[in-house]
Amino acid sequence: MEVIRSQKRTASNDVVSNPKIPLYLTAPQMEVRLEEFELFAIDRLRVLKGVSDGLARGKNPKEMDEVVNTLWKENMRHSDASEMVNKDIISHFVLRLVYCRSDELKKWFLSMETALFRHRFRLQNLEAQRAIVGEFGLPYKAVTGAELESLKERLGQVVRSLGQISPSVEAVYYKVPFEEVPDLVAGRRVLIQKGYAFVAGSQLVSLVVTQFRSHISKALILTNRKWTTTIREREKDRLTPIVEALSTTYLGPDYSQSSEYADISLKDIDQVSKSSFPLCMRHLFEKLREDHHLKHGGRMQLGLFLKGVGLKLDDALAFWRAEFSKKVGSERFDKEYAYGIRHNYGKEGKRTDYTPYACQKIISSAPGAGDHHGCPYRHFSEDNLRAALGRMGLSSRGMEDVMDKVRNKHYQLACTLTFEAVYGTSCDAGINHPNQYFEESQKILKSKTPAAPV
Amino acid sequence: MTREEGESRGDDTMIDAPQQITNPKPEEFFNVHYLRIYYGNLFPYTDIHKWLSYGHDGKHPGCDEYYFGRREFSFTLENDVYLRYKSFKTASALEDSIKSCFPYKIDIGAVYSVDPDKRHAYSQTGTNVFTPVERELVFDIDITDYDDVRYCCSGADVCSKCWPLMTVAIKVIHTSLIEDFGFKHILWVFSGRRGVHCWVCDPKARRMTNEQRSAVAEYFRVYKGNENNARKVALMGYSLHPFLARSYVDFLKGFFEGELQANQSIFSSKDKYDKILEMISDQDIQSELREKWENSARSSSLSEEAISLTRWEQLKNTLQSKKHKAPTLRMCVEEIVFTFTYPRIDLEVSKHMNHLLKAPFCVHPKTGRVCVPIDPNNCDEFDPLAVPTLSQLIEEINSGGSKMDVDDDDDTDTSLLGKSIKFFRSSFLEPLLKSCKEEIESSYKTKIGKSKDSFSW
Repeated sequence: MEVIRSQKRTASNDVVSNPKIPLYLTAPQMEVRLEEFELFAIDRLRVLKGVSDGLARGKNPKEMDEVVNTLWKENMRHSDASEMVNKDIISHFVLRLVYCRSDELKKWFLSMETALFRHRFRLQNLEAQRAIVGEFGLPYKAVTGAELESLKERLGQVVRSLGQISPSVEAVYYKVPFEEVPDLVAGRRVLIQKGYAFVAGSQLVSLVVTQFRSHISKALILTNRKWTTTIREREKDRLTPIVEALSTTYLGPDYSQSSEYADISLKDIDQVSKSSFPLCMRHLFEKLREDHHLKHGGRMQLGLFLKGVGLKLDDALAFWRAEFSKKVGSERFDKEYAYGIRHNYGKEGKRTDYTPYACQKIISSAPGAGDHHGCPYRHFSEDNLRAALGRMGLSSRGMEDVMDKVRNKHYQLACTLTFEAVYGTSCDAGINHPNQYFEESQKILKSKTPAAPV
Repeated sequence: MTREEGESRGDDTMIDAPQQITNPKPEEFFNVHYLRIYYGNLFPYTDIHKWLSYGHDGKHPGCDEYYFGRREFSFTLENDVYLRYKSFKTASALEDSIKSCFPYKIDIGAVYSVDPDKRHAYSQTGTNVFTPVERELVFDIDITDYDDVRYCCSGADVCSKCWPLMTVAIKVIHTSLIEDFGFKHILWVFSGRRGVHCWVCDPKARRMTNEQRSAVAEYFRVYKGNENNARKVALMGYSLHPFLARSYVDFLKGFFEGELQANQSIFSSKDKYDKILEMISDQDIQSELREKWENSARSSSLSEEAISLTRWEQLKNTLQSKKHKAPTLRMCVEEIVFTFTYPRIDLEVSKHMNHLLKAPFCVHPKTGRVCVPIDPNNCDEFDPLAVPTLSQLIEEINSGGSKMDVDDDDDTDTSLLGKSIKFFRSSFLEPLLKSCKEEIESSYKTKIGKSKDSFSW
């Protein structure tokens, strides 16, 4: 890709013959105007941010298809079809430069581009989908004849297990090594036999998404190498400042540095837990006080939250030590648990300063036996959730609204409604991070009683 | 073989006893003295080395002689000192190191891109990044994760009434690994106290990414929950997935209605049956059954087991007739069976390539038992309370009953550990090495073939 200042664009002879969705397999050999470099990237970033928002709000796949369709039309449309494809490709490669530069950026970009690809793929018709599968050059065979017959009964069982009462076994199935479709395997959405998964035509999306994700992941590593070794220096007066500015514009606050509203000390912690903690953290905190122990998932979720809330390392060690030593003794705490806490604060091992978990991560966690982490709106039974909400002081009317959101799987909206009910105010931004809940809550409480600790 | 005998043996001159065991604690069956003897004489260094070399013994031009040296080991020493990123170029280097510090625990990690103990020599952003490249697909099943469904023990204890949960877990997972995933080289190992580990060693398995491992772990996951929700197994849809259906029909149903009922009598008291009734999402059905059972409790003279079975039949019949009332009742019977019997694996252990797992043939510090392999095709016969302990093994050495090196050709060797080592070799190691060597040879031939072609004009 050559960035130039001239007005006209030389025709690109590298645009692949009419794929509806480009696969970004190789960098385009075309010229790009400097202004387009930045503008195209910003437009695409709006799309990716919109995808991120939609996922955070727990939208189901069909809703996400709509979201993507709208976002794409609003931001990436062009009257000239080939210009539209060019913008698609250019903007993707520019953002690769922007988002290859750290692990966190890479992870975000990879997730959003993959989600974008997934939903754009779903919006295509079957023929276009098959064409895209072909583009990847994957050697999958369609299952036919005797083999298909022998599998029919179990294929029907799979379809029925997914909620379709009359098993309409599809006409075409692809025999694919199970490694290529991890999300279908994970959800038990395919029949697996002797290492092969039998993927229905309608499940093709999973196949290609895995390929896409794997390719982009590798590409990001290569791009990073190129960036750090040559591009950054070479372009320091031209593209580098643009690239560096682009990434900071759009990532939400990560709460790893405590702000003025987040600075608590040990003596206040019990009071603050009742007044400002979101339900998930309140539950963990109460269980910790009750059992004098938390399993790993709980320690991570609560520990990082407390870090974001402003608890310093020394205070954190004292806090956990005081609780754990009641159950396992202070010696064992020092031996087995202190390291983990210091690790969270970036004082051990590879010294990463871990960021507190956002709602999306917490909602998608999988608490098991003996765990108390996760999102109560998702992971609690209705009875337990009602009891917990009652303890937070929700009225029965407020509770019904919240339970309604829960039933529709809008866990973050449920938490937002809880916030609004508890503090008697509206929260338009919507809760998507426990530390955000805490800070907003502290803001409100401090504005009411500026002097007293809340 | 009791501790007392072990201690009196310390007075014999057969084994060096540099320290007298002066303050015998109730659990004095594991100590550095015993470990020295074990690691000095019994631990199968050569077998472990052969296994983890996967055929790269340097005898074939296609071998990677540095392969073993890139494997991470970790040692846990006596004072909870934990040493990670240890690596060894040869079997004797491994042996010397173990014999110099007699670790309480030895863990096996992944094979990395470079020697773990030289990892700092490579920068993190260059082309030689320190990263895992191969690792067995592993599973860890621990009986404490079943505490909510076993009444005989809890926590670290295990007995003949609850161990069968592990047996059925092995059967379900093992069958699936072979039939569904097509794996062939699978090693099951006793964890030494209350669980089992599984090592899947096929080349395909070792090269799996974290995402693929996660997928397999999720495929196996059914039980989702903790004390915060009542219905922890939710089987949606109109039928079971073929994997779950096969597990149910071949293993779980029979186990639940037979051995489990006999051992745990899960319906015999109000506390017990209330827990099961809460899994039924229909309040009316719950009340109907509760009433029936409260009334019958007073008048029955049957055994606990018989009462339990009768109530199970009643529950099944009631649910069968009422299952159309709601989607959540459709497979309620199966859900109950799964809750009590289906394997509960530790997902985190399986998901990451860099997760360390205890080495086979280690000794468990709390029980003194050796982590011996379990034969998945005969796992009904495995008894965790009959596994050789350190003190038993040492007693055996003292009485001249075991040979120092287990000899394959000698059928008269019936030493306690010898049987396990023989099983390890014949059932697992030999077929594995044969297949590894074939693979090394064929990929070498392909490489040679390719380079030959590149010279053809």
